[in-house]
Amino acid sequence: MAKRTALFGHHGHAGAKMVDFAGWEMPLHYGSQLAEHRAVRECAGMFDVSHMTQVDLDADDAEDFLRYVCANDAARLGDGGAIYTCLLNRRAGVIDDGIMYRFQAGHYRLVINSATRAKDLDWLRGLAEDYHVEPWERCDLSMIAIQGPEARERARGPIAQVLGQEIATAADGLRRFHVTTPERSRVARTGYTGEDGYEVMLPKDKAPALWDALIEAGVTPAGLGARDTLRLEAGLALYGHEMDEDTTPLEAGLGWTVAWEPPERDFIGRETLSEQREAGADRVLVGLLPEGRAVPREGQVVHTDAGEGIVTSGGFAPTLERPIALARVPAGSGGDCEIEIRKRRVPAQVVDYPFVRKGKPAV
Amino acid sequence: MSEVPSDLKYTTAHEWVRVEDDAVVTIGITDHAQAQLGDLVFVEVPEAGSSLGAGDAAAVVESVKAASDVYAPVAGEVVGANEQLDENPELVNNDPFGEGWIYQLRVENPDALDELMSAADYEAFAESEED
Repeated sequence: MAKRTALFGHHGHAGAKMVDFAGWEMPLHYGSQLAEHRAVRECAGMFDVSHMTQVDLDADDAEDFLRYVCANDAARLGDGGAIYTCLLNRRAGVIDDGIMYRFQAGHYRLVINSATRAKDLDWLRGLAEDYHVEPWERCDLSMIAIQGPEARERARGPIAQVLGQEIATAADGLRRFHVTTPERSRVARTGYTGEDGYEVMLPKDKAPALWDALIEAGVTPAGLGARDTLRLEAGLALYGHEMDEDTTPLEAGLGWTVAWEPPERDFIGRETLSEQREAGADRVLVGLLPEGRAVPREGQVVHTDAGEGIVTSGGFAPTLERPIALARVPAGSGGDCEIEIRKRRVPAQVVDYPFVRKGKPAV
Repeated sequence: MSEVPSDLKYTTAHEWVRVEDDAVVTIGITDHAQAQLGDLVFVEVPEAGSSLGAGDAAAVVESVKAASDVYAPVAGEVVGANEQLDENPELVNNDPFGEGWIYQLRVENPDALDELMSAADYEAFAESEED
């Protein structure tokens, strides 16, 4: 039996095409994925991301625990801070990625993927035995992401109305990658679209009211389809695509998320990762702009002058009105390459990503 | 349920076929098919003059989700293609049986068209696939 979020009924009402996503019945789109994508780039859209796994760590040892479990460093966070991190295995492969929030000393939250939920919880609980920490999954919470250049402005009223003035005022004053600290409901200035906006973590029973108020405020419901094309344009890695347990952060374009300083901090995977850093990774993640209109798709082979690579994510970029891809290719492969799209070799230009920055083409 | 015009013939690959004059047929994908694919971003139409066997891949419809082949329902020669789709692939989403037509074929053997499904048969087929 597929799991349903607190907003399931709302999605049905809005005519969403529902799909199975990691055991959840989630909206793929509400009629037009392209229109939803554009709403986020040009105005404001919202996503039900209640399927994401929210895990609280409330203990004196929580910081020590997270500093050991995460490749980024929890000690870099002050109260109300947020940071993107990978969780590595001992081979420095990525177990999962997510955002780590610090509400206050000894009170942290990890928001991680839903497809990896069971293994993540097993992993965290296994490691927590050495610490006085009990990872606590917040199944009582929903999560709504409101994203776009007008997202914060349009969300102000609805947040005040549903979550109260105190949280709305705190949200107004948030810097990027920060989270409100008043209790229970949390508003974070984070996201996964390359746009400004919020991710609101709130009790399930309040989610429908917030969703309704956001619709009243002119925020467009958007599905997982648009979420994927938005994150691809923004060059944001997706677990199971750009990275997995056999791929290190350095091979996934995520070297910037690894906190090497201070050198004495021991985190899982550090030893292997340090060796790879010194030797240089054999494979790197690049952006590709193929010629023509055919759309590259995940798993397609990339031919470079240094050997074969593979498309990790590919799609049509609505903002650029052209196909784009992320690909893992041999390090040192220079210049252009060819993507094997449906039995044809399509020339492609290697580019830096993001492809879109602040709603504007960046390539 | 999506629209299924009764004056057309259908294939199990969710193409529709309209019989015109002189053994020419117009081919597109059904409303059901476009809804399954989602927003189209690219349509590759066949070149006029190319000859196709029954079941040959003739065109490609690429959506935000995936690329799919459009097959030749019967053998024949391509006599025209909808060039508007190059700039406006969304015509297939908005008007799959009208402005979103994909290509035209002069069929080799008009009797082969009798093998195609009627609207009622197609409707039942599409429903059975949903289960």
